[in-house]
Formats: sequence, structure tokens, C-alpha cells
Amino acid sequence: MHPFNYVAPVTVKEAIDILEKHGDRARPLAGGTDLLVQARGNKWDLDAVVDVKKIPEAMQLDVSNNGLTIGAGVPCYQIYDHEKIKSDYPGIVDGAFIIGGIQIQSRAAIGGNLCNAAPSGDAICPLIVYDATANIAGPSGNRDVSVEDFCVGPGKTVLKNGELLVSISVPKPPSGFGAAYERFIPRNEMDIAVAAVAVSVTLDNSGTNFESVRIALASVGPTPIFATKASNSLKGKSINESSISEAAAIAKDESSPISDMRGTIEHRKQLIEVITKRMLNEAVKRARG
Amino acid sequence: MANTNIHITTTINGQPYEFLAPSYMSLLDALREIVGLTGTKEGCLDGNCGACTVNVDGRIVDSCLVLAAEIDGCEVETVEGMASSEGLHPLQKAFLEEAALQCGICTPGFLVAAKGLLDNEPNPSEHRIRHWLAGNLCRCTGYDKIVKAVQKVSSEG
Repeated sequence: MHPFNYVAPVTVKEAIDILEKHGDRARPLAGGTDLLVQARGNKWDLDAVVDVKKIPEAMQLDVSNNGLTIGAGVPCYQIYDHEKIKSDYPGIVDGAFIIGGIQIQSRAAIGGNLCNAAPSGDAICPLIVYDATANIAGPSGNRDVSVEDFCVGPGKTVLKNGELLVSISVPKPPSGFGAAYERFIPRNEMDIAVAAVAVSVTLDNSGTNFESVRIALASVGPTPIFATKASNSLKGKSINESSISEAAAIAKDESSPISDMRGTIEHRKQLIEVITKRMLNEAVKRARG
Repeated sequence: MANTNIHITTTINGQPYEFLAPSYMSLLDALREIVGLTGTKEGCLDGNCGACTVNVDGRIVDSCLVLAAEIDGCEVETVEGMASSEGLHPLQKAFLEEAALQCGICTPGFLVAAKGLLDNEPNPSEHRIRHWLAGNLCRCTGYDKIVKAVQKVSSEG
């Protein structure tokens, strides 16, 4: 491992200055559960790690009438231990609860999971279906990017030199909203998704029709995938087995997995169809309370 | 920017400590090589096995995935802090009585992790215990004896 310096700035500005100065020889440190493993594995030759956990904006966790704000360094356990988040954002909790074991969840951050940009990142698809936004600060100012556009390849994000993910904003779900996330793994815990699906639905006032739907797929492409065709296929449709099956078949077509040690292309595509159906039903159940 | 030593002030097992550690050194290495507490074990070095589990500010963590620099100002508990002048911690006794270890390399991690559970939830279900300990691997016992030992202490509590 390349010996790196440790800096713990207390302002976003300070962090950006350090990141800009070092370019790709510096990385932000949130929980460290990916970064330190990657540094040891020589994925990065780092001169500096920039700990974001002393920056107040990166550690905020706020639920208000406008929605949920998750600082980029907030660890998973704070998400699933939060009563209001559990009741109002269960789909986000579904992801936070299955990232690693308890030790990992003490440190690993939702923002870190997003910046690590693994196609299997369990926090990412839930954020996509909640229509979340990444709040980025950088040398030339702040900008917002939809989470569905944040990852651009395996381990690659839209972040440019000197830019820092400060927080994630999740809009307050409308009435008639429900969301859920589930992955398939051959073990009970502590594994990486073979395939996974997040779904959010907004039902109309009657509770029998889909008003809008968002479906996101993990581990079946170079990035987490926002399955727009499958999502749009349910707009205005009545909630029944055939509309759900049809959407699941489209989601299967929108996935583009590879075969690797975790599963084959055929297995993964089959899983996407099955889990999409399951999550649509679960999200509808949650929407109906 | 050359790497530097970081000045760390911390509490370990209730005792104040002050030391210098290289900026890239893990908490695990600092505990073992600088502080001299070798009860915490190195296993996989990537967060899978939990052998290096310690408690930082009331939360169990893999000390291989925390930098020593990050624990400045924190309270750390290791396996060495479990026994008191009155004897072994109830979990340590239960591990012995239930034969919840063979080679022992995973045991400090399991003990610290189990304590982290029982400190907050004195009577967890078997499912909860197994879920909580999923981040600790043991290649000897098959886990049942470990779970039984934790259950023994929780039912006594």
C-alpha cells in the first residue's frame, strides 16, 4: 500500500481544495470499508485520504417536510436505526440494512456506497427509485445530479477533479407511495448481489392503478440501471398480475448482465424478472399501508 | 505531501492513551504494534471475517478498516477490556463452558461483537444473535456453540 497522509478538514471548501490539489492521488474517506481495502489492493496510489466525517454538511441526517437529507458520510446504521426514516423511507432502509455485517454498517456510508459506484451497490437502486439527488460541491461551485445519472461505469462517477459528494437529497414521497428493495444472494448475509431490484410505486387515489413507477436494477450492467421502459410501461395501468408480469419481462430485457463467479447471464436475467415482480407487489403492499 | 505521524489521544478499555501513529496505519496495527494490545487478531484484512472486531464509541467495527487517525478523541474497547479484577466476563465464561472455540483466532472478535449486542439488547432472539454475528467467521465450531454461549449469557441476564 502506498503510504498516504490523513487529513480531516472541517469545511467543504477545505476538502475541495485538498482534493483539487492532489487530483487522482487523493480520495474522500467516509466509512473506509471500500477505500481502505482498495488502497491495500493498490487500486489507488494515494498521497492523501480526505476524511469527510468532521464536515457538518457531510454528517447531517435530517428528515423534514421537504424530504430526507443524508450527509455523504452518514453510516448505514444511523439510517436503519432512525424511527422516522424507517417509517417514511423503508425502501432506503432495505438497502442500508444489508450492506455488509454489523461491523461494516457501523462505518460504511450511503454516500460512500454511491461514490464507490459498484453495479451491485445496495444503497444505489433504492436512491434511484426514490428519485434522489446527489449534492456535489467543487472548485467551480455546487451542482446537483440525479442519482440515476451519478454512476457512469464500474467504480466510475460523474465527479470531476476536486469535486466532493456532500449529501444526498431524497424528496418526500407523495401519498400513495411505496418502495422496496431486495437482492438475491446464495448466503443469508454478508454477500454481494447476484441481481437485485428496487421498485417504487405511486398509486392513484383509488389505490387500484399505478400513477407512476420507478424500477432500478443492480448487478446486471456496468452501473445500477434505471429501467425506464419497464417503469413507464406501468404508468396509468391497473394493478394486476398481467401488468406486473409485463413490466417484469421488460425489466429483464433492460438488464445487460455478464457471466461471472456470482452468476450467469441467464440466471441473472431470470432473477431480474422474478425479483421485479416480487418488489412491485411489495411496493404496492407498502403503498396501501 | 509526505505521510506523517498523527498524534492520537484516545481512551482504550477505560485508560487514557496518547501515541503517534503513521497516517496510513490501521487501528488494528496501532493496537497491536504501538499500544501493545495483541488480543485483537488480524484475519482477512478486508472486512469479511470480523477477527479484528473492536468497539469504538459504542459501535462494533472491523479495526482493519478504520485508520488509527480516525479514533482520535474516541473511546475504544478491545477484548482485553472484558475481564475485570473479579474474573472473566460472563461471555468469556460461557464461551469456555460451551466450548465455543477451538483454535481461538476468531474468539476475541466474537466476544467483542457479542458484547456489543448484549450491552444494548440483553435478550436477543437466536435469529438476532446469528444476524448480529454474521460479520464474524469461524472455521472450527460451526457456530452453534458460539450462539449457545451467547444465548446462555442473555438468558442469565
